[in-house]
Amino acid sequence: MQEIWVVAETYQGRLAPVTLELVGKARTLASGAGGKVTAVLLGSRVTELASELIACGADTVLVADHPELALYRTLPYARVLTDLIEARHPDVVLFGATSQGRDLAPRLAARLRTGLTADCLDLSFDKDGLLVQTKPSYGDNVMVDIVIPRHRPQMATVRPHVFPAPEKDAGREGRVEVVPVHLEQADLVARVREVIAEVEEASKLEEADVVVAGGRGMGSKENFNLLYQLARALGGVVGATRPPVDEGWIDAAYQIGQSGKTIAPKLYIACGISGAVQHTVGMEKAKVVVAINKDPSAPIFNLATYGIVGDVREVIPALIAALGAHK
Amino acid sequence: MHIVVCIKQVPATLDVRVDPVTHNLIREGTESVINSFDENALEEALRLREKFGGTVSVISMGPPQVREALRKALAMGADAAYLLCDRALGGADTLATAYTLAQGIRRLAPFDLILCGRHAVDADTGQVGPELAERLNLPQVTMVKKLECDGKTIVAWRECEEGTAVWELPLPAVVTVDSKINTPRYPSPIGIVRSAKKPLTVWTAKDLDVDEDQIGLKGSPTRVLRLFSPQRTSHVEILPGEPEEATRALVAKLREQKVL
Repeated sequence: MQEIWVVAETYQGRLAPVTLELVGKARTLASGAGGKVTAVLLGSRVTELASELIACGADTVLVADHPELALYRTLPYARVLTDLIEARHPDVVLFGATSQGRDLAPRLAARLRTGLTADCLDLSFDKDGLLVQTKPSYGDNVMVDIVIPRHRPQMATVRPHVFPAPEKDAGREGRVEVVPVHLEQADLVARVREVIAEVEEASKLEEADVVVAGGRGMGSKENFNLLYQLARALGGVVGATRPPVDEGWIDAAYQIGQSGKTIAPKLYIACGISGAVQHTVGMEKAKVVVAINKDPSAPIFNLATYGIVGDVREVIPALIAALGAHK
Repeated sequence: MHIVVCIKQVPATLDVRVDPVTHNLIREGTESVINSFDENALEEALRLREKFGGTVSVISMGPPQVREALRKALAMGADAAYLLCDRALGGADTLATAYTLAQGIRRLAPFDLILCGRHAVDADTGQVGPELAERLNLPQVTMVKKLECDGKTIVAWRECEEGTAVWELPLPAVVTVDSKINTPRYPSPIGIVRSAKKPLTVWTAKDLDVDEDQIGLKGSPTRVLRLFSPQRTSHVEILPGEPEEATRALVAKLREQKVL
């Protein structure tokens, strides 16, 4: 029987969306393989979140509740998970490929001397019950299927937004078990001084239904400002590729792509963006992609649903006018 | 202060494809460079040395051609370079790589700080830094975009889902850095001249006192089953005409799709 664990992540007393996505995926995997899903919830005063994990598909929730676990730190989290994994031997342990998951999972993998696959885009079991982990490589130009044949647990971090959020079933039954937390002094050497909340607008980027993004092709800060007018007309948020950030047209908090944010809006409008993989890894989950670029051979058109070949300085004002005319 | 910087040599271009018949990687060009985030790590080390004095060592594991990357690091200003090079180390995944690097770094003790890039742009795992920290039994902080140091402790600003978390850690520690932390310098002409006289030491598996079961393919829990090209079928519908006409058509399409 496959025992699949999901390490839950919380911010400000709420479960991270990727945690729910992973519990949902683990449920699907477990149901196909006659397995069980366990969520591990670490934090301080987090027990009440267990019911949401059960509603999403967890059979068991292990709760490690301790004041020292209130804010994420590598070593205390690694200690609690090591103790649990060594005592209970899960087959699979999954993490979100977030700043927390990508910090914690490799620390744990090295301690447990097991294999770990980073930033997976898909997971399945093969006929022998091995977890096949699909990860991108070379900036998403190549996909790789990886297995961990002999070491346990098989571990993976999974990119947010690749699996759908599961339907919640409030009537689903599951078991909540509060586990003891034993921390050593050596686990507490790092201290989190503070967590500085991001500019509110920038954090909205990841949850926005409509994102209007600009690239180097916007040409100047003045032209870049056209994007705010378009975003206003659409009720959306402005984002950018790396060059506008480097040029100082927009703050780095709005960067989309590798070393920036990953988004999955309903509508993504790429303005003057060529479509380098370093950017597209952050937006390829968008449902409808509109590309506006004067170069008809720009790679962004390969990802786009609709394209307009033209100068952003003419097309964006025309689009704002067209949106107004339809209202 | 003794700072050790881990670097990886990566292809200059990520423009690779999978051969549909042989399933091997087809790489455009053979030029290699230092992984860009590792250049940020080296830059940060050089700045700390400017402030506190001391030594910057660079270390890498890989085939003989990695000397080129290490020479560049020396030209940028590192004091000494170490290459862990042995056929027995080949085929290593991140766990085996971290173990091997840890064995190399132990030979460089005492050290105060180990700096790595947040991930390598080719494999994009970001795992070696934390795995190395565990193997050396040191605290870690990853994806750091700003670092302050007083010689005994570090304060590190790292991006997290809620914004930026500010961590404080005692040294020695392992830190992985983001590109936002600095802009790496170019090697100066005098730096290039001087680098020719700096030491570049090659260590084999035997020199490292490694456990054979933990290096190379044998020490790697993960196995690659297959490589394949991502499904990328273009279905783009180009809306023709002058901007007015094209954008009117676009708005109509978006309304049809109910995204407006």
